[in-house]
Amino acid sequence: MRLRLGRAVVPIMGVLGVLYLLVPIAYTVAFSFNDAGKTNLVWRGFTLDNWRNPCGAPQVCEAFVNSLRVGVLATVLSTLLGTLLALALVRYRFRGRPLVNLLIFLPMSTPEVVLGAALLAQFLSLRVQLGFWTVVAAHVLFCISFVVVTVKARVASLDPALEEAAADLYATPLETFWRVTFPLLLPGIAAAALLAFSLSFDDFIVTNFNSGSFTTFPKFVYVSATRGIPPQANVIGSFMFVLALAIVVGSQVVTAARSKRRVGR
Amino acid sequence: MTILSGLGGAAPVHVDLPRENRSRAYRWLLSPGLLYLGVMFIVPVGALLAMSLYVPVPGGELGDFQPALHWQNYVDALSQFWPQMVRSFWFAAIATVACLLIGYPIAYTIAVRARGRALMQNLLLVLVVAPFFTSFILRTIAWRQILADESFVVQAMLWLGLLPEGGRLTATPFAVVCGLAYNFLPFMVLPIYASLGRLDPRLLEAGADLYASPTTCFRRVTLPLSMPGVVGGTLLVFIPAAGDYVNASLLGNNTNTAMIGQVIDARFFKVLDYPTAAALSVVLMAAILLIVAAYVRRAGTEDLL
Repeated sequence: MRLRLGRAVVPIMGVLGVLYLLVPIAYTVAFSFNDAGKTNLVWRGFTLDNWRNPCGAPQVCEAFVNSLRVGVLATVLSTLLGTLLALALVRYRFRGRPLVNLLIFLPMSTPEVVLGAALLAQFLSLRVQLGFWTVVAAHVLFCISFVVVTVKARVASLDPALEEAAADLYATPLETFWRVTFPLLLPGIAAAALLAFSLSFDDFIVTNFNSGSFTTFPKFVYVSATRGIPPQANVIGSFMFVLALAIVVGSQVVTAARSKRRVGR
Repeated sequence: MTILSGLGGAAPVHVDLPRENRSRAYRWLLSPGLLYLGVMFIVPVGALLAMSLYVPVPGGELGDFQPALHWQNYVDALSQFWPQMVRSFWFAAIATVACLLIGYPIAYTIAVRARGRALMQNLLLVLVVAPFFTSFILRTIAWRQILADESFVVQAMLWLGLLPEGGRLTATPFAVVCGLAYNFLPFMVLPIYASLGRLDPRLLEAGADLYASPTTCFRRVTLPLSMPGVVGGTLLVFIPAAGDYVNASLLGNNTNTAMIGQVIDARFFKVLDYPTAAALSVVLMAAILLIVAAYVRRAGTEDLL
């Protein structure tokens, strides 16, 4: 009996830990239904008005759309640059590889304040106008390293014999890449792109340093925290949560169905 | 599978590539990314170093500086802001330990206890990464309201006598550390999960067959084999926590919770004292790199990436 009790302790702690992670999310979702008026601080009653009219509060939707624009551009650019770097690092032996690895590791091990401050120092020295493009440039920078790491894991688990087989069958290197390598890498690239988008969409610190008067969704929420956040911000936060959850669960279901079919054959 | 399997990390296929692997095509693959990192990371860090040595333009306006080599900036910045600097590392260290204590059981439950139950594992994993899908700022503000003086939690704790009369949770160092630990917890769980997921269960069986108690098995087999995950996780929590200022400014007060990130932000945007802000950033970066290098060397896992 003592042993059984002991065995239960760790899973109970684990489940409690997971619940701890979910408390503020539940709070955010619940307060998106609050009949709040201007400040969403105390519960005043259930309403669907905020969900019916997510753009009801000034600037919420503008900030949200700005975040989407930045996120899409930063994702495309960082996924492209990062995938190329990952391919080179796994598939080729060349001098200076440790140096390249270090250069990719460094931005990840630099705190965001320092990244933001360094970019701001550069933009100030060059007298670059802060705004949309400086934010995109900054986001691409901190996304690249994460893309490289994610895609690298995928490239490393790829059997090079497949590419050799394609070459043996007289495929040109370019054909081999598009017909063999790229399709096999696609899940890794997709995961990296999703990661890059979520990093960019949720970033506050680097954005705050390099945005000037340009406002993204996290910046909007942070700035309005002093005055009280409109419940519409909770609506958008909850909506993004449900959407991301649906994408992850959906991809799980599709993959599970596919592998079942493969086994069935 | 696609997204979550990326977290577990598929086993790499080890191949010895011929030394002259195909063409020199790698140059074309490398150059765009390296150029970007050079222009947007190396050069800006250089700009930051340069700015940390600037001096005010004599008779100029607020925020006007000119290039110089004024090393005294570092002495001035540190003698004024060393408490915030030390506090940042202190808070980050406590938050990292808290994350390890909360995160290891989560990772262990998912990777070891739920082994073989794919649905359960995936469900728990999705819940662990769920915070990534809601805005970091919104979640921190949710904590602020959960810990606020008039909140249910605080009222219940007062009633139960867990908090002294007039005691509060918000605007305390406790709230800031809790916020840090909360926000970076998934970064601790995922690497530990990944290394525990690769653990061969036969090793534990072998341990048990050799009459090791479950505790001994854990201490001598599981824990050492999960060390790469623990090392990776502590770095992924410690680094962003030390530089964070969102938690400190939303959950803290202005006196005994101020962290260095807040100072850097205020020097840049409120005081327009760029050299001090730049000097503090340089010190923060250097200190973190030193700590990371020392830690990684001690932990003996240099092939983290």
